[in-house]
Amino acid sequence: MRFLKECKADATADLVYRVCPMHLLEPAEYLKDLHTGQVLEIVTDYDGALDDIPAWCAKHGQEFLGICEEDDDNVYRLYIKKLH
Amino acid sequence: MKTVYFDHAAATPVRAEVLKAMLPYFTERFGNPSAVYDLGVEIKEVMEAQRARVAALLGAPPESIIFTSSGAEANNLAIKGAALANLKKGRHLIVSSIEHHSVLNSARYLEKFHDVEVTFLPVSRWGQVDPERLCCALRPDTVLVSIQHASNEIGTVQRLAELTAVCREAGVLFHSDAVASVGQVPIEVKALGVDLLSISGPALGAPKGIGALYFRRGLRLVPQIHSGIQENGRRGGTENIPGIVGLGIAAELARQELHQKAKRLQALRDRLVAGVTQEIPATFLTGHPKERLPGHASFCFEGLEGEALVFLLNRQGIYANTGSACASKALKVSPTLCAIGISPEVAQGSLVFTLSATNREEEVDYVLKELPRAVERLRSFSPVWRKKMAAVSGG
Repeated sequence: MRFLKECKADATADLVYRVCPMHLLEPAEYLKDLHTGQVLEIVTDYDGALDDIPAWCAKHGQEFLGICEEDDDNVYRLYIKKLH
Repeated sequence: MKTVYFDHAAATPVRAEVLKAMLPYFTERFGNPSAVYDLGVEIKEVMEAQRARVAALLGAPPESIIFTSSGAEANNLAIKGAALANLKKGRHLIVSSIEHHSVLNSARYLEKFHDVEVTFLPVSRWGQVDPERLCCALRPDTVLVSIQHASNEIGTVQRLAELTAVCREAGVLFHSDAVASVGQVPIEVKALGVDLLSISGPALGAPKGIGALYFRRGLRLVPQIHSGIQENGRRGGTENIPGIVGLGIAAELARQELHQKAKRLQALRDRLVAGVTQEIPATFLTGHPKERLPGHASFCFEGLEGEALVFLLNRQGIYANTGSACASKALKVSPTLCAIGISPEVAQGSLVFTLSATNREEEVDYVLKELPRAVERLRSFSPVWRKKMAAVSGG
């Protein structure tokens, strides 16, 4: 897993407490509204997202940038760059 | 025998237009909205159109509406869902002391199983929460306040905008149970300033088994029914499509008819209130005399038991209630009436009429003819009433 130092995004998908597989369905909707090169932040409390999001990016041709370390409220912040 | 139904807070008939719109969704249009084939996709589109209709009634964006099985479930999801999502911020909750059981018992559940502290806020003699009192009850660890929009027992409408302003300033979430008020008074979630608001279908002429929760976008809720992606992962379980269609159509009709309906209801209510309070001695209206639901008239009759009055009226074909439908069966004295300062003895004699736009003037007049007789009859063999009369006459 790649850990990011700079965690900036153009949009945020807050999926905390939303059940699986919302962490895979909703980011796709958010990406539709972003331009190529822009970054989407996914906030989730679902452990499975750490495997699923990078795999989803590989499958759909988007760039998984990494995860931002934060120890505030047991959530993960994952970053995707839109490539197409 | 003539029948007059004045208990619309307990149950309402499904409107003909609503039932007609629902019927195809029991049979030929039965698809699951989560399915990806045409039948599912079509149903999903229908469901989203209904979401937009419900949202329009509340002045909310469609994505802020979650369909539930009832107003009670909406209240449970709002209170437990928002409190549990904010446990790290604090464990203090405030509810008014005259809330519906679904609010009070959700709060008590959090108290018992999640170490949440609950403040039950007192109300004025009209049943309204004082904004200053709310302000004083707020603590640094308060995460949620839940105060009803209107009472189904005493009809009082809260001054919600004043209450939500207090919470907004303190950064505390505000939920309101609008089950009693939806379709009777305008509800604009932004103007009211609420973060969460519950409604139910039957209040609008939709069937039982459907309700909805408005939540402000961006607000986190812990689901209370755990399943899959239904309601965008916020409420599990295959959606009740016939019920959702019913709620959507009923919401659309309610939006179109709101002002005319309120005017009509108010005229009927005022006729009933004036008749009852003028004709029957030792009787008073409970709740706020003006800031109340247009179709709601609630009274206390001294020297008798409301339950006995309900049975006597029932024999004359008149259906009314002694309080909220669920409370009236289980409790002798309503906590709401106690909270507004009515003595337990007098509170026994409570009677609630909740009208709908289909009720007519002659029905009100029939009640005004039968009710004084029923009250007089019960008082004639009431020791409490005899004692009161003896005290008045000095005997």
